[in-house]
Amino acid sequence: MAPLTDPAWYFDALTALGLVALAWRLLACPDLFRAIVLFIAFGLLMALAWVRLEAPDVALAEAAIGAGVTGALLMAALARLPAAAGEDEADDAPEDEVPDHDRRARGPLPPPGGDGGPT
Amino acid sequence: MTVLRWLLYPLLLVLGGGLGYVVLTLPQEATGLRDLAAGHLDASGVANPVTAVLLNFRGYDTLLEMAVLFVALLGLWSLGDSRPPRDPAPGPVLDTLTRLLAPVLLLVAAYLLWVGAHAPGGAFQAGSILGAAGVLMLLAGFSPPQALLGWPLRLTVAAGLLAFLAGGLLTLVAGARLLEYPAALAGGLIFFIEAAATAAIGVTLAALFLGGARPTGKDR
Repeated sequence: MAPLTDPAWYFDALTALGLVALAWRLLACPDLFRAIVLFIAFGLLMALAWVRLEAPDVALAEAAIGAGVTGALLMAALARLPAAAGEDEADDAPEDEVPDHDRRARGPLPPPGGDGGPT
Repeated sequence: MTVLRWLLYPLLLVLGGGLGYVVLTLPQEATGLRDLAAGHLDASGVANPVTAVLLNFRGYDTLLEMAVLFVALLGLWSLGDSRPPRDPAPGPVLDTLTRLLAPVLLLVAAYLLWVGAHAPGGAFQAGSILGAAGVLMLLAGFSPPQALLGWPLRLTVAAGLLAFLAGGLLTLVAGARLLEYPAALAGGLIFFIEAAATAAIGVTLAALFLGGARPTGKDR
């Protein structure tokens, strides 16, 4: 145990408390979108904790996979969920009802400032 | 219902107390297998002990990890077609950011792959950076050219596993045990396997994000 005069001890304690608090918040969150954002924040804080544990390899993997790619995958899954996606997605729901033709409307990158794909 | 709830609290208390006790009674200095790994680092072909363990001493575990990732994508593809959530119409910010970031991410992935031999980094980190670049480009409305979605995609997704199996077969044919690299060739072999694994991981993660059936299915 480090002495209480060591500033790193307070940093570690704050990180640990923050991790538990974030985990609690994200598990108790009824809004899935907010829960995913909290999960990404949790992943980034976890990466910081791995750095403090002197495991930079794990920290890199946690930041890239745990926070980044998993967060994106969860977001993609949320966008594919039917209307149960939560209030924040409510205004997107009518768009989801557009039939098959918009599946093909994924052209190459539109020019910056353009108003979207060639629909 | 409330009775169950009140039963849960002592259970959680026992679990929390047990975990706290275990953490507090951990030995202060536990070397584990650290000395063993450090002692054989010269024979591993790389200078980073983590890469040495992942790709050489316990290469078999990493081979199976690649298989897990591969099977996950196969499982997703076998679920059938799923239409993209909606027509991506990226704003100017996302579009410009993607154009700026994608090449940088590519460079960072290559750097992480290269530096993994002697510093923190390696195939999984590089691959996930590559996957993030792919996700970003898919978000910005980029759709990969149809010519690449058939065999090239499938081959790239399998590349990590194939490279590992090729390495394993080579060592078996040479008379050694599975994935027991000769010390002189270990560095090159590990880099070859890691490069293939990086490409496979990156493409697999991006394909997982794209989801649904194999993207070529509906256009053939």
